[in-house]
Amino acid sequence: MRRPFTPSGFLLALLALLMLTAGPGIARADERKILIADPFIELHTGPGRGYPVFHVVERGREVTIVKRRTDWFEIRTDRGVSGWAPREQMIATLEPTGEPLDLQEPARENYMSRRWQAGVAGGDFAGASMISVFGGYAFSDNLSIELTLNHIIGEFSNGYSATLGLMHVFVPEWRISPYFTLGTGVIFTEPKSTLVQSIDRDDQIGYVGGGLQFYLTRRFMLRSEYRNNIVFTSRDDNEEVDEWKYLGFAFFF
Amino acid sequence: MEVSGLRLLFLIAVAATTLPGCSLFRRGEPAAADVVVPAAEPVTGEPSDKPIIDPQVERREIKRTRIDTEDFEVGAYVGVLSIEDFESNVVYGARLAYHLTEDFFLEATAGQSRAGRTSYENLSGSADLLTDSERDYTYYALSVGWNALPGEIFLGENRAYNTAFYLVAGIGNTTFAGDDRFTVNGGFGYRILPADWIAVHFDVRDHVYDIDLLGEKKIVNNLEAHLGLSIFF
Repeated sequence: MRRPFTPSGFLLALLALLMLTAGPGIARADERKILIADPFIELHTGPGRGYPVFHVVERGREVTIVKRRTDWFEIRTDRGVSGWAPREQMIATLEPTGEPLDLQEPARENYMSRRWQAGVAGGDFAGASMISVFGGYAFSDNLSIELTLNHIIGEFSNGYSATLGLMHVFVPEWRISPYFTLGTGVIFTEPKSTLVQSIDRDDQIGYVGGGLQFYLTRRFMLRSEYRNNIVFTSRDDNEEVDEWKYLGFAFFF
Repeated sequence: MEVSGLRLLFLIAVAATTLPGCSLFRRGEPAAADVVVPAAEPVTGEPSDKPIIDPQVERREIKRTRIDTEDFEVGAYVGVLSIEDFESNVVYGARLAYHLTEDFFLEATAGQSRAGRTSYENLSGSADLLTDSERDYTYYALSVGWNALPGEIFLGENRAYNTAFYLVAGIGNTTFAGDDRFTVNGGFGYRILPADWIAVHFDVRDHVYDIDLLGEKKIVNNLEAHLGLSIFF
């Protein structure tokens, strides 16, 4: 089945082309130099724990940090050997001034002082599936303002909503912390094309809700939220809609 | 205590020969020995505020360059998408990935293709189920990936390239036949890194959604296979 799509000859030719163009990186003046302070650090062939160790740099040697990928650092020795070292080993290295290397790792402490936050979530909006993107700015430890964009995909109608609200985290220093949210926005509803006699609608929406955010690791958080929406329809009575964000993933910076 | 004259004389002689030698132990300012110290002037009036030693140490300028972090990956792909009931067609797409750890990554993809004609439409002659614009197929997907089998491949004796076989699953939307459809996607892929900043991907995905185009609601599986190129930044 897969054969017609991946002619291996084409793949090899593409690889060969890339290998010709993708030579070793050229040394740049702005690269960071560090001193090895551990008895030795091991260089792996790739940024992962399973890649084999092929080189060892001993204490006192100066090496250059080429780049970082997740928790791995590509370093180049003065003899031109490049390899990957894990973060745990890099912590024990020194700046040329003799200070320990500060990797400025986002951690719980940074979590408390975070200002910007963004993420995605999946959930349910009055029985319809919902995909949600959100971003917020915290102007104090507890209080932040948040913009949420929802794509609502239902059986009978589709829609988009955009809301702006305030979010109050009760105890921000807890790993799992509850929050309260309140806001307003607009919702655009578009009935499915298979339905007859339907019109597109633009309505204002207001909401009150609450949720939990869970600090995962580094700069990442999980989130779960419920909102009670009131859609201010053009009809005689307003509509109340339950909205659940079952699981969201967020990161702060 | 009685000090004999002879011993006193000996001690004076020892002191006279060794004490001048102590100046040899002075370190740090070898030039200072040559400086002619002017005779101390008698202190008259207010003592001067000038420091006795004026250190002229040049501060070392330390400019810490940021470490180049390459956790993002952006790329494009082209492949084949089989739209259930509506033939297979070329699919183009773009991909943005963020590597959280060495094991997990988040991925956003967006692609577009075009539906062909069903067998029914071909047999019946002119009864078209969809208009021309309704045959446009676009999708987006937000997924989580897991590098299940990282490894290396070897080309010949001297070249080894990092690879990973990964599994991907996520949610998204498909716009097809005039409507948005909530779509669940899942699949696997294989990534080869010819250099540490570029990757070649081969991916197989299944896009699953409900459709009631022919009156009855049914689950549709749209299989996609594509080849992509991406760059880390």
